[in-house]
This record gives sequence, structure tokens and C-alpha cells, in this order.
Amino acid sequence: MANRTPLYDAHVAAGAKMVDFHGWDMPLNYGSQIEEHHAVRRDAGVFDVSHMTIVDVSGDQAQAFLRYLLANDVAKLSQPGKAQYTSMLNDNGGVIDDLIVYYFDDTNYRLVVNSATRERDLGWINKVASEFEVSVKERDDFAMVALQGPNAAAKLAQILDAQQFANIDGMKPFFGKQVDQYFIATTGYTGEKGYEIIVPAAEIVSLWDALLQADVAPCGLGARDTLRLEAGMNLYGQDMDENVSPLAANMGWSVAFEPSDRDFIGRAALEAQKAAGTEKLVGLVMEERGVLRHGQKVIVDGGEGIITSGTFSPTLGFSIAMARVPQPVGDSAEVEMRKKLVKVKVVKPSFVRNGTSVL
Amino acid sequence: MSNIPAELKYASTHEWIRDEGDGTFTVGISEHAQELLGDMVFVELPEVGATYAAGDDCAVAESVKAASDIYAPIAGEIVAVNEDLEDAPETVNNDPYGDGWLFRIKADDASEIENLLDANGYQAVVDED
Repeated sequence: MANRTPLYDAHVAAGAKMVDFHGWDMPLNYGSQIEEHHAVRRDAGVFDVSHMTIVDVSGDQAQAFLRYLLANDVAKLSQPGKAQYTSMLNDNGGVIDDLIVYYFDDTNYRLVVNSATRERDLGWINKVASEFEVSVKERDDFAMVALQGPNAAAKLAQILDAQQFANIDGMKPFFGKQVDQYFIATTGYTGEKGYEIIVPAAEIVSLWDALLQADVAPCGLGARDTLRLEAGMNLYGQDMDENVSPLAANMGWSVAFEPSDRDFIGRAALEAQKAAGTEKLVGLVMEERGVLRHGQKVIVDGGEGIITSGTFSPTLGFSIAMARVPQPVGDSAEVEMRKKLVKVKVVKPSFVRNGTSVL
Repeated sequence: MSNIPAELKYASTHEWIRDEGDGTFTVGISEHAQELLGDMVFVELPEVGATYAAGDDCAVAESVKAASDIYAPIAGEIVAVNEDLEDAPETVNNDPYGDGWLFRIKADDASEIENLLDANGYQAVVDED
């Protein structure tokens, strides 16, 4: 039987269409994924993300371990609670997973990694950790929701008491803070303001119920996918995987080559790729009718590539996609759709931020 | 449990068809089909005047999930299409047997409708999905 999060019964009660997502029974939508999408862009929505894997890393060598394990440099983090987007690479420079690391102090960090890759991630982390004085602890005693949207702060203020809310009111993006039983972070996967909130599993149902009571829309995986794609955020397994370099997945900004004397797994491979040149992840826009889809062939000046993620953008009213293509890339491309070649615009892979188009 | 009106006929490819009593037949997709496809984003309809054989693909329902061909359940000529779907494709989700109709076809041979499924027969198709 598939895994269930502590919110399974709450999803069914809210009318969710449940689907299998990498071994987890998760809500696809609660009726209309487009309405859920608009709720996040215009008001506030909540997602169950309890299937994601939370790993606490501690010990004298925690910093040295993470500087070797991760492509971004945790030594750049000095403010307690600061979060960083990063990735774990294999020796070939392929992405094992992308993740967020939270810094508490030089001996305490928290990682939030994908659910689809849980076993492999934990195996890899533990294998590398065996060379260091660190303790690695999976926190399956926790559950997590993402509260996202322009009114997320106002909704959270209705649920926390005044003192708790004052603790995180105005917190900058990409920070996390423990407030009583809540670990509240200003992170997300939608391109809107909002929070990811980690609580002990036993308390997630009451948090969920309180959010729905505050008229926050429950949102499923369908809306999560269209929101993240509009925001130009990668989905592991689709936009990159262990055979794809972060440099070919628009993740180069999260790889810290400096300082040059920091060794990290995959570094040598990435330096060689950087010198040789890699494919590139671009955005595609098609304003005529039709929907760009994962797996469609894309032709650019440099040759043939592939759409890694494509969808209809509910915010923009036309189709958008991300595609991995060989360089050089001009400002247009052709996509093979239903046996015809259709001309599309090439843009940076970011389409919507804070409710409005960035095209 | 999805709604399957008893007065309609059905194709195994999830179209419904209603006899308008004047030799023309209205066609749409079933409630079960719209549930499978999810939110509709574009509906590409045939041209009025076009003719099709039974089983020809004549329209495309494109949802958040996939593009899906719609087949002519009987042979004939298209006499009307639901132009309101251009601006409101979600009508196919909200009212699949009413305002979400797709097109009307004038039958070459109205007896072809006897080859289609009744509600019980279509229920069996849905149960197998």
C-alpha cells in the first residue's frame, strides 16, 4: 500500500482526487486545479508537503561535511535560520537531488530533500557522512505544509497568537525560525510570498484545519506543478536528474566554484563541463492555441533538444515550457506538436512572479 | 459515481450523443471523460460543413493533463459547433451534458445510432477504466 501523510483523511474529507506520487497517496486536486492555482496567485492556498524528507545534520564536522556534499557553499551562511538552495551531485556532476539547507549554527543544519528520491538521497548522505564526525537524522516525526499566496501572512496571523506572529512578521525571504512548535520558513515553490511550516506530525491536522477555517484554499499537486513552472522552478526527475548537469538545468547560480580550494563532489566534472560548454535550460512561450508538453522535440539554432516541463499557464492564458537545448539558442525555436512544427518564443525560464507576468 | 443520463447514447471513446428529432444529433463528452482529463484549457472544434465518417477524429479536447481526440460517433455533416467554448472551455467540466456540448452533426444514416452504447453499456466501459 502507498504511504499516506498524516493529512490523508483531511484530503479525502475535502474532496480530493488522490493519486499515487512516487509511492505516496497525494491529492491531485480538490475539484479544479486551475481554481487552486488562481487562489495561490490572488489570495492564499495550502499544500500538504509532508511527503518531503527532512534531515537534520549535526556535529563538529557538520559544516565541513556539507561543504563537501553540496554544490553550493554552506560557509556563505552566517545568520541563524538562513536558507540556501543547493544540490547534491554525483562524481560525474549529475544532480542526485536539489534541496534547501537551513543554517542554525556551524554544527547544526537542516536539509529538506525530495520525496521521490528519499531512499537514494538518504543512502548517499549517510555514505558520505561516514567519513565525517556528524550525525544524520531523518525527521519522520515531522509533517509539513506550504502556505502560499499574497495573503499568506494575513492568514498566518489569524492562526498564530500575536507574540508568535511578531516573531516572524516581516522575516526576509529564505529564512526559517522555530516559534514554539512551529518551524516557519519564508520559502516555497510557487513564486508567491508565503511559508513552509514544519510541525510535529501529531499537530499537522489541527494546523491544516485552522488554515481551511481561515478560508485558505486546499491545493493539490496539479496546481503545485503549474505554479512552480510559471515561477521557473525545476522539478526533479523532469527538468534534471542524475544524468543532467546543474549547468544544463539553470542551476549554475547555485553552484559555488569560489573559493577555488573547496572540494565538493562533482567539482572536477563540472569544471570540465564548464570549459567544454553544456546544454542550456530555456523557457518557451507559445501564444497560439495548444499546450506544450513534457517530452516534445524542440529545434533551436544549435540542434535538437527536448521539453522537460510544459503546461498551460493559468495566469498568462497560454502555454509555457522549459526545454533543455544545445547552444547556440536564438530568440525563437520550433516544437514538434501533433506531427507539426510550431514556432515558439525563447525566453529566460521564468514566467510569473508575485501574481504578474515577467515576460 | 459519475452521472450517465439514460436518455443518451454513448461511444466507447467517451462521447455522448443526443437525438434532436430532426435528423441532427448533438455530441459532447461524458462526465467520466471530463473527470479523467481534468480542467479543460482549449477545445478545438470542427468546421461547420465538414463531413466525417463514424470514428473519424474531428475535435480535440486539450486539458491541463493531455490533448485528447474526439471522434465522430456517427457519419455526417457538422451543422453547428459550440462557439462559447472558445472563451469558456471549463464549461465542458462544469456542464458536460448541457452547455458543454461540442458540436451537432446531421446523420448520413440515422440508424447508425443503434450501433452505439446505451447508458448501461457505457457504464460497463466506465467500470473497466
